[in-house]
Amino acid sequence: MTGNRLGNTVATAILWAAGFFILGLLVFFLAYILGQGFKVLSLEFVFGPAANGGVGPQLFNTFYILVLSLLFSVPIGVGSGIYLAEYAKPGRLTNLIRLSTECLATVPSIVLGLFGLIIFVNFMGLGFTILGGAAALALLNLPVLVRVTEESLRTVPHAYREGSLALGSTQWQTIRRVVLPSSLLGLITGITLVSGRAIGEAAVLVFTAGTSVSRHYPDFNPLVSGETLAVHLWYVRGEPLVANAEAVAAGSAALLVLVVLFFNLAIGLPARIYQRRLRGSS
Amino acid sequence: MNNRHLNSQLAYDKLFRYIFIVSAVIVGVIIFSIILFVSKQGLQTFQDVSFWDFHTGTVWNPPGQYGALPFVFGSVAVTLLAIALGGPLGLAGAIFMAKVAPPWIREIMRPATDLFVGIPSVVYGWVGLTVFLPIISKYTGGPGFGLFLAGVILAIMILPTVISISEDALRSVPKTLEAGSYALGATRWQTIYRVLIPASLPGLVTAVILAMARAIGETMAVAMVIGNSPQLASSLFAPTATLTTEIILNMGQTPFGSPWNNALFYMAFMLLMVSLSMILLIRFVVNRRLANDR
Amino acid sequence: MENKFVVHDLNLYYKDVQALRNISMDIKKQQITALIGPSGCGKTTFLRVLNRMNDLIEGVRIDGKVLLDDQDIFGPDVDVVYLRKRVGMVFQRPNPFPMSVYDNVAYGPRIHGQRNKNKLDEIVEKSLRSAALWDEVSNRLFKSALGLSGGQQQRLCIARLLAVEPEVVLMDEPTSALDPLSTLKIEELLRDLKNHYTIVIVTHNMQQAARVSDSTAFFLNGDMVEFGPTETLFTRPTDQRTEDYITGRFG
Repeated sequence: MTGNRLGNTVATAILWAAGFFILGLLVFFLAYILGQGFKVLSLEFVFGPAANGGVGPQLFNTFYILVLSLLFSVPIGVGSGIYLAEYAKPGRLTNLIRLSTECLATVPSIVLGLFGLIIFVNFMGLGFTILGGAAALALLNLPVLVRVTEESLRTVPHAYREGSLALGSTQWQTIRRVVLPSSLLGLITGITLVSGRAIGEAAVLVFTAGTSVSRHYPDFNPLVSGETLAVHLWYVRGEPLVANAEAVAAGSAALLVLVVLFFNLAIGLPARIYQRRLRGSS
Repeated sequence: MNNRHLNSQLAYDKLFRYIFIVSAVIVGVIIFSIILFVSKQGLQTFQDVSFWDFHTGTVWNPPGQYGALPFVFGSVAVTLLAIALGGPLGLAGAIFMAKVAPPWIREIMRPATDLFVGIPSVVYGWVGLTVFLPIISKYTGGPGFGLFLAGVILAIMILPTVISISEDALRSVPKTLEAGSYALGATRWQTIYRVLIPASLPGLVTAVILAMARAIGETMAVAMVIGNSPQLASSLFAPTATLTTEIILNMGQTPFGSPWNNALFYMAFMLLMVSLSMILLIRFVVNRRLANDR
Repeated sequence: MENKFVVHDLNLYYKDVQALRNISMDIKKQQITALIGPSGCGKTTFLRVLNRMNDLIEGVRIDGKVLLDDQDIFGPDVDVVYLRKRVGMVFQRPNPFPMSVYDNVAYGPRIHGQRNKNKLDEIVEKSLRSAALWDEVSNRLFKSALGLSGGQQQRLCIARLLAVEPEVVLMDEPTSALDPLSTLKIEELLRDLKNHYTIVIVTHNMQQAARVSDSTAFFLNGDMVEFGPTETLFTRPTDQRTEDYITGRFG
């Protein structure tokens, strides 16, 4: 009996230690990244052109590629999420689509990058471009979008659908006017999640969007090469010739984490809290 | 009632049904074209290189010698190392969150694990490079690059995967099972160890497999800390390379369609097959076991 | 009196289980027909046949004929969307959409192409009045419908249905989730509505069937045991099983 109690005490202590170790690790990472970064971060660094040692063009490309990739992936991802949640009947086709989504979700991002290299860069002859990078990045976003769409549509009570159909609405009218509005917050949270991940992605982009920036800034031409912030961090590390490589790396790392934090806190978190409140009250 | 309106709505209904079906089919087409194109490009390797030599050779010295075993070994080694370090820690964290931690700590840890996912992999690599590398270098006397450092960084990176899936699995165990165990006078740890963990095993296995899939496919962070020397690792602290790092470092320097370039595509194909088989493993082994247990 | 629905030899299977057996009945126009019976007897399933809500459920197979104004509702030229506009349904649990009271009622007219603002205002007020809800909600039309009480929500769902001007109103135990006072209000409402609509109501509350309906059908284990004028069925049932049920000997 005392043995049991001793085992319990020891195990509990270990579990607490593990929990705090994990939290401590995160605190350390954030403190280190931001601490190092704040020595470097300045308006000139964040928004300035490359010639003045800034990462302005890379920051611009990061958002530009993100937005384009969402333009490609959101319609298809949300569309197939809607198909799986609203139309799909159990059967071979549904099973295959589900399996495809799961598979696509585990394809390593470097493999998606190489696929983009074959299709967009070589086969379609785009070369290293913002457009090609965005298209490849869209492949990374796609399975997550399918999953979050399906999940958030499934939280909409079945009674809403029945109520709408019983009034003589078509299935599309029901989806557009009742189901989608009711699951909008879930969708927005999902897209935020996807964006946070896409912002930090580098492996997909190195061989599709390239590692150089346009001479113009900002350059909205989607057919020029567009290095993003994450790719830049990767690139300066490998190029000892870049002046101030260490400072640029530290600043880029902090900036990346800040952008991701911003997405999580400014968009993701309020949505999550609001959703919880909505669920609690109704 | 106006029939024209009804007919146009019925037409829209049909149109959107097709749009959604097509979107869903596109997702399927994409994964098949990835398999098709990457394998097609990669398998051309064997027009110039012997299949046997590629898979068993330990010397990578292109053009000429294409022994990819060092990379396969490197990938497997960092993955196993990551699981060995991150698996138990993540599982302990998940048990802590699901069953031990007071609610307010849980409320902190949930978003905290989300933030772990949010840190980009290049940033993990950069932290490894600037913080961990000097420490290892100091204690081993070497440069510090190698399997060990890559394994440590990957262990941290897979934590959120392990934690969130394991926690879900632990939470989905019916409360009655737990109550039954406590009613027999079991301690909390006995209940966790003898009831909760066995009952949620399929979910825990899924967590480990998905974490391995993430670790083996991770590129940027590993490439920054492994040393990138295309030779079989002689120790945990010697520079070596993995499948992903060899691809990212050399893809840009080899002409598209050359044997060397094709070999890199074949390595990507190997990674693709490994991650797909992990999904199939989860689907057909873990889920089936789960179904049988019920 | 004229028949609205004619059901002939209806059988319904759910996967391998037969849920309804050889049901034949005529549902009269502008009357209230009640379907009673113990839980799981098939009365709700039968109700959902009448506007083909069962189409949404995987594995349901139906044979037999259901005629609405002499037209087979399973016929190839019948569109289920149009059928459901003519034959509306109120569910067991109030299911207002998560939008304002106004938008809930205007939902049906809007999806059927009504865009004129004045016209919509008119329809919303008229429907809410018909559902005896106008006085209670006229000052909060643009607030969320989820803030209404259960009884108000159910009357809102009735108003929402009346706004599309159906010919038949199907009600699936519409008061089972409500308090007695709300129940009373809805029963009063039913008696008003019957002047314009054909109503079919499923209830497990026999007093309710006796109070509001003109005809009653008694279902048991997928069979329709007895069907006739409500008064006859409750006072002089012909089948022993009906008598056992209405006298409370089982169920």
